[in-house]
Amino acid sequence: MDWVIEQLSNQLVFSVVLALAVFGAIMTAVAYCIYFERKISAWMQDRVGPNRVGPLGLLQPLADGAKFLLKEDIIPAFVDKPLFIIAPAIALILGLMGFAILPWGGMVDLNGDGVVDVMCQVADPGVGLLYLLGIGGLAVYAVVVGGWANNNKYAFLAAMRSTAQMLSYEIPMAMVILIVVMTTGQLGLNDIVTSQTGAGNLWHVCHHPVAFFIMLVTLFAETNRTPFDLAEAEQELVGGYHTEYSALKFGLFFLGEYAHMITGSGFVIVLFLGGWHLPWVPFLQPEATSIWAMLSKMAVMGLKISAFLFLFMWVRWTLPRFRFDQLMRLSWKGFLPMCLALFAYVAVLLYLGKQTSLLWTLGGNVVLIVVALVVAGMGRVPITGRQANLSSLPWEGAARMR
Amino acid sequence: MIDDKDIINVDQPELSATERLYLPQIVGGMKTTLRHMFKKKITLQYPEKKRELRVENYRGVHRLNRDEKGRVACVACFMCQTACPAHCIHIVGAESPWEDREKYPIQFDIDELRCIYCGMCEEACPVDAVELTPEYDLVGRSREEMILDKEELLKVFDRTKDMKPRKNPKITGYAGTGSPDEHTSTTHGGAH
Repeated sequence: MDWVIEQLSNQLVFSVVLALAVFGAIMTAVAYCIYFERKISAWMQDRVGPNRVGPLGLLQPLADGAKFLLKEDIIPAFVDKPLFIIAPAIALILGLMGFAILPWGGMVDLNGDGVVDVMCQVADPGVGLLYLLGIGGLAVYAVVVGGWANNNKYAFLAAMRSTAQMLSYEIPMAMVILIVVMTTGQLGLNDIVTSQTGAGNLWHVCHHPVAFFIMLVTLFAETNRTPFDLAEAEQELVGGYHTEYSALKFGLFFLGEYAHMITGSGFVIVLFLGGWHLPWVPFLQPEATSIWAMLSKMAVMGLKISAFLFLFMWVRWTLPRFRFDQLMRLSWKGFLPMCLALFAYVAVLLYLGKQTSLLWTLGGNVVLIVVALVVAGMGRVPITGRQANLSSLPWEGAARMR
Repeated sequence: MIDDKDIINVDQPELSATERLYLPQIVGGMKTTLRHMFKKKITLQYPEKKRELRVENYRGVHRLNRDEKGRVACVACFMCQTACPAHCIHIVGAESPWEDREKYPIQFDIDELRCIYCGMCEEACPVDAVELTPEYDLVGRSREEMILDKEELLKVFDRTKDMKPRKNPKITGYAGTGSPDEHTSTTHGGAH
């Protein structure tokens, strides 16, 4: 036992062990995400859902996995073969890479001598959030490469849509992340979590609810989930970028989507919802460094992520899909100006040294919401827009609006 | 603008303030789905539980009725075979060993795969011997298995006679041997 703790006190060894553990946990979670997606959709539609494989259908993911493995893996003759094979791998690998910098349990003192030994995080690069943005930027390649390699017009359309969508939503997302970075002055994810704890510090969602909301919506867009799942719109695009995929390659896309969801929720939680921290609970503070504190922090993080995953599924089975012009309008005309305004406001607050004052930050948010409502109300254009309401030229708008 | 008084121009309804803002509507929708999550599920766990028979005259698998003495009620008149639009009934008749009728079927096959479940055989039968039952889940591993012979059809009657009693147990008056009264006095589950 002592030997194990001694070995684990080495950050490298600890990181490897943590990476393996997290990988295993995530892959299981992803498999069960698919189960719960089906269950929740069924419940919301007054059905029962999968309940035949094992008790309550809990072995369904195993059956699904076996099905994916045993099905014939067709590579159509007309596809771009190397890209066709590589695209699903990109999807899954990029979905999983983000886990490397998620802070799971803060600082840990393994042998109880009062000195912090390791950090419960696979890697803590100084650039932290920039790595996240890089991964997010790469994620679009899975869809684009997949859509291109399919050599199929539906897949290609999906890839085009998806590229435009992900690029558009990356900008508000980056802006929102910048707001957090400016407020905390930190790039490392564990530092950002720590900055939300302690006396006088609140979770960032209290300071910047609008930014949190925008981050949430862009996350839906980045992970290609409803209402932004135009890339795989079954009704119009025959499944989108994975039209030609079968067997395990299709399964990898599937896993990649859910892995991406888990990573994305993890980051929103770290940025805005205090990561592993819960207020007023002594063993969930950065000062608590025992092994048990680490484990409970990991559990809290897991619970928060589960809540987010439920939100993802809840929204998916509630909202219809956006039209493409609505999607673009929401990003460029809605979120981008709001983000810019918020960004400029936080910059001013930073200059004045008021960035942690609840009065100032919340006041700014309220003003922003009011201005947005007034603009939306004055324009008399519904946020979602109808085709008849769309003006082809700026000066035509007022005339066509009734 | 077409100015025809037969043309009714329907404008899109004006959106209310909350509808224009979209977000309150999202919240409303999510409340609806959440409420449904905890509602009673309407799924019926099929092989374990079956739906109750909701219509009296459901047209499912056929049966050959037995009379009050447990004999096959059919008198091999070939009416059903003649009436059948799908030609799925095959009867071989023979002289009856019983007093009260002249003929009875020694073979009575219904091809359940050919059958279109129209109920014409039931309509045509003068003694109400062939009937369609509420059974809807007939399955088999081969085409041959789906051709039900006399014994199978009688077994269907045994299975379903409680669920759907025989419509009209009166079979006499046809062969002219017995008096109708002595048979109608016998009760058969009271389907009259």
